[in-house]
Amino acid sequence: MIANSAMDSFNSQSLKINKASRRSLFNAVMTGLAGLCILAALVPLALVLFYVTVNGFNRLDLDLFTQLPPAPGLQGGGIANAIVGTLIVVAIATLIAVPIGVLCAIWLAEFGGDETSIDEWVRFGVNILAGVPSIISGVFIYGLMVKPALPGYSALAGGVALAVLMLPTIIRTTDEALKIVPQDIRWAALGVGASKYQMVLKVVLPAAVPAILTGVTLAVARAAGETAPLIFTALFSPFWPNGITNPIASLAVLVYNFATLPFKPQQELAWAASLILVLLVLVSSITARLVTRKR
Amino acid sequence: MNPMAITNDVVLRAKDCDIYYGSYRAVRDVSVDIPQHKVTAFIGPSGCGKSTVLRCFNRLNDLIEVFHLKGKMTYHGQDLYAADVDPVEVRRRIGMVFQKPNPFPKTIYDNIAYGPRISNYQGDMDELVETSLRRAALWDEVKDKLQESGFSLSGGQQQRLCIARTIAVQPEVVLMDEPCSALDPISTLKVEELMKELTQDYTIIIVTHNMQQATRVADYTAFFNAEVVEGAGGKVGYLAEFDETQKIFSDPALQETRDYVTGRFG
Repeated sequence: MIANSAMDSFNSQSLKINKASRRSLFNAVMTGLAGLCILAALVPLALVLFYVTVNGFNRLDLDLFTQLPPAPGLQGGGIANAIVGTLIVVAIATLIAVPIGVLCAIWLAEFGGDETSIDEWVRFGVNILAGVPSIISGVFIYGLMVKPALPGYSALAGGVALAVLMLPTIIRTTDEALKIVPQDIRWAALGVGASKYQMVLKVVLPAAVPAILTGVTLAVARAAGETAPLIFTALFSPFWPNGITNPIASLAVLVYNFATLPFKPQQELAWAASLILVLLVLVSSITARLVTRKR
Repeated sequence: MNPMAITNDVVLRAKDCDIYYGSYRAVRDVSVDIPQHKVTAFIGPSGCGKSTVLRCFNRLNDLIEVFHLKGKMTYHGQDLYAADVDPVEVRRRIGMVFQKPNPFPKTIYDNIAYGPRISNYQGDMDELVETSLRRAALWDEVKDKLQESGFSLSGGQQQRLCIARTIAVQPEVVLMDEPCSALDPISTLKVEELMKELTQDYTIIIVTHNMQQATRVADYTAFFNAEVVEGAGGKVGYLAEFDETQKIFSDPALQETRDYVTGRFG
């Protein structure tokens, strides 16, 4: 039986919220600071979207999506070849980078790990590749494929240059995605008599697909906007795409070329191309999220 | 200890096995004969090597790089650890159910079908899935939702799904590593009833912490214990006694067995 005196000496105030205490103040200040940082991070994004939309929106019309660029100074025309060109070059880059990147990551995550393995060197190399400036990738492919006319300025060369930039992102995100798959599932697959490749291909990889898709989307978004590599490799073309062994137009290079021309129509086209590029990246990100959410 | 004479056919046999992780001997002197179409339980306090020995039977310890086995383990007389034996083939004949239910992130149907598909099963898959689910006492509960994810089931159902998945490849032996420890009592009861029925077609080895479970389901029981040793790890497990369940629990040959089953330690 608790003595009454013990109850009387308990101070019920000690339980109550005290807004003025040092701890509460510190809490409030840090929460406010964190909120400001969120704003600081979101404001540039909002400004870019707003600015691009405001400047590019007026130029949106059917011609934009169906016509070739006009001669300098002339009105009308569109950026249809650049849109198609970007899609083609990014598609080539994705077709090269995704299989190589995913298989490399599968090797790192599932088959490496012995004392004799070169795992850490491969990961180290990938990290270095991730830091390579995009223009270097362009110059590299210029020396490899353009100068010796193999096949020269072309969509193919542009695609390869972009693939080099996409590779580290895809390898790293796939590696992480595979590591996250719980070990239980691997043991379960081996327990029903699966060989290692059966386990990886049919159980581990499907489980990691949502995360891998996110990584691929990130890589594609980066590649779609790269300009420097394309200047040396895919060059530009005012005409419709003419096979992948010839120069090709792309949105990023179009913006680069047209934004600094002293002609208003070209500048407007550059804004419109910027808007299309931003929208392309937005749409692919949202699609990736939708697809992975269904799983 | 004297290995007892088993009157049934012996499916798996371990003779004087020592299990090493690198230079650390984890379990010593394991000699046991697993009889066909019976349930054999491995009991004993934590950390004395029961699960380790279990995993040796289906070559799952191979995944641990520093593991190696001294002594002989045979399956129908054939050395399981011979150089020309394919661990994948071993695992198709000796299946395993794990402690924590681990269904694949696929539909219920695909969970069951995965094993047969990778073994190039040519028969009617729908029929095999239904038979396996019926045998695991899960068919009635899932027959209308075979295309839903394996994770949409409760814990007890998931474990029965894992059992169905294991028997779908039609192994001869099913190893169960504390299959009920993560389940509620009602699911546990269902799984235990299941085990008894499965012995018609399969041989079962179960590791369990629950002595009462061993008395309920097992025909034979092996009691593992551990002792302190010098060196890394500090202890080594060993097989103390192996006999019919009834004998182990009512009149064991060793004092340490008697102490464990009466609850004086463990």
